[in-house]
Amino acid sequence: MTASTVTPLLSAQGLHVTFPGRPGAAPARAVDGVDLGIRAGEIVALVGESGCGKTTLARALLGLVTPTAGRVDFAGKPLSYTSRDLKSYRRRVQLVLQDPSGSLNPRHTVYDAVAEGLRIHGYDGDERKAVTQALSQAGLRPPERFFLRYPHELSGGQRQRVVIAGALVLNPELIIADEPVASLDASVRGEILALLLRLRDELGLAALVVTHDLGLAWNIADRVAVMYLGRIVETGAVEDVLTAPRHPYTQALLSVVPEAPGTPVILTGEPPDPARIPSGCRFHARCQILASGEAERTGVADACRTRDLEVLGGGGGAQVACHWARPGVGA
Amino acid sequence: MTTAAALTWQRRRESAARFWKQYRRHRAGLLGLAALALFVVIALTAPLTVGSDVASVTEAPGRPMESPSAEFPLGTDRFGRDLLGLLVWGSRVSLLVGLLAAVLSVLIGGLVGITAGHFRGPYATVVMRVTDWFLVMPTLVLAIALATVMSRSLGTIVLAIGVTIWPTTARLVRAQTLAVESRPYIERAKALGGGHWHIMSRHVLPNVMPLILAQTTLMISTSILSEATLAFLGLGDPTVVSWGGMLQEAREAGAVSSGDWWYLVPPGIAIAVVALAFTLCGRAVESVLNPRLGVGR
Repeated sequence: MTASTVTPLLSAQGLHVTFPGRPGAAPARAVDGVDLGIRAGEIVALVGESGCGKTTLARALLGLVTPTAGRVDFAGKPLSYTSRDLKSYRRRVQLVLQDPSGSLNPRHTVYDAVAEGLRIHGYDGDERKAVTQALSQAGLRPPERFFLRYPHELSGGQRQRVVIAGALVLNPELIIADEPVASLDASVRGEILALLLRLRDELGLAALVVTHDLGLAWNIADRVAVMYLGRIVETGAVEDVLTAPRHPYTQALLSVVPEAPGTPVILTGEPPDPARIPSGCRFHARCQILASGEAERTGVADACRTRDLEVLGGGGGAQVACHWARPGVGA
Repeated sequence: MTTAAALTWQRRRESAARFWKQYRRHRAGLLGLAALALFVVIALTAPLTVGSDVASVTEAPGRPMESPSAEFPLGTDRFGRDLLGLLVWGSRVSLLVGLLAAVLSVLIGGLVGITAGHFRGPYATVVMRVTDWFLVMPTLVLAIALATVMSRSLGTIVLAIGVTIWPTTARLVRAQTLAVESRPYIERAKALGGGHWHIMSRHVLPNVMPLILAQTTLMISTSILSEATLAFLGLGDPTVVSWGGMLQEAREAGAVSSGDWWYLVPPGIAIAVVALAFTLCGRAVESVLNPRLGVGR
């Protein structure tokens, strides 16, 4: 992690995505100020509970939703939202969705599904060869045997491989994978993760892996960003964040992993609502440190309740958005 | 890719066989198909069996208004023409107009439905309000108005029926398009860089096709009924023989009051049977192809 000065391949700066609420209700701030950078050849895991804005952030990075504020930079240039620029952008950045059964058209064969990207971008090389190569890279060998299969004839793992092959066929520089293994069983999950790692090593592929699974983040990511209620609350190298978490939220997440030592921390309070983000630290209403009086003792309790935290930088260094965990304060 | 193409064909044959196997379970559908096959054979072989001379007024073989006999099984009309021959000859126009008008209406309805479901926004609002307007307009009145202002020809009738019965198709196709558009593979196609045309033609159309097919079969019977109605009201092409036109002539000749049943009943039954046959087929196709009706694919 010495390359923090290198410009990231894809980065978000002060990204906000707001969805209008029902008439009379407050709008939902799904992504509420995020800085995040992904460098070439790096796998970044974005973790957080359901509804914290992970998927919206991933969609905004792909240009599938237009940010309300802030910007997305790709290869040093701001992303342009004209349809031609988006099309060329989507040749270089690919999406892998959570549900492999849903992300393949049931009426397309495997060959058609993989070749779809080539056809969209008017690939002028040998389509069959490209499809064959992508399928074997994704671990479907021999590829010819799968050409004319339909998605319903494949297992979940095979389907997800087809989706990955469809993303690889355009030789992207970055893959954004939204819960790539959440719907798969443990054995298949291992294969898909090994595949992602191999692709990183062989092709220098960068990836943003969106997940709620800390074990997954630990296994494949170089860097991890923990998201809570639309903002990244802790980021850093995966070993640092997951072995020595500093943010109370990360600590709570880690304490409920089955094999974690110590007593699990069960968060109290109502689940977060992006339409009503609390003032001060956005986690303070559920924070176990604040509730136990620990924050009171270190004298940051007032700050927790009233003072907003700044947006964490998108670079590689370890950072935490917490009054209590700041260096010089508390533990 | 020769082997791949062969395999694709094999797959298509297999899925056709699967379709037929499921279709066979619908007894009403089989009955409709048999009736339909009979009518199509009669219509296609009409030039051989009766020939176009059957409609000639000057060379009519019998005396006017003969009741059924061995020579004329269904009697003769007011010009002395053979009514059985006219019935056979008239099936050609009824089937042709029904088919063309149904195809036209499904084309319009499919186009409107897919684009309205895909683009949403102001375009969809405007288009769907137009659809609603057509939906609440009495179809027959609109068709009569159209048939009156345009010249008398078969094309006019096809057009008048086609542009008045599309709104139900448009609504159905739009609903199905909305369902398909919410599937993750549409998002994947977008993320791959696919534009509107790509998504509509490669993803939405194949998925709404079964619905469109079933709707076409159902629309044919509506079109045949509309054609007969327009012809009965005297808005058809007077130079061609059709079942509706025969009914209208019978009415003009006073067949109702004088009790000449053979003039009235056969065309009426023919219209009813063909419309019924298409409806039965359409329902069977719909339940085979549309998984929402509980018959899996």
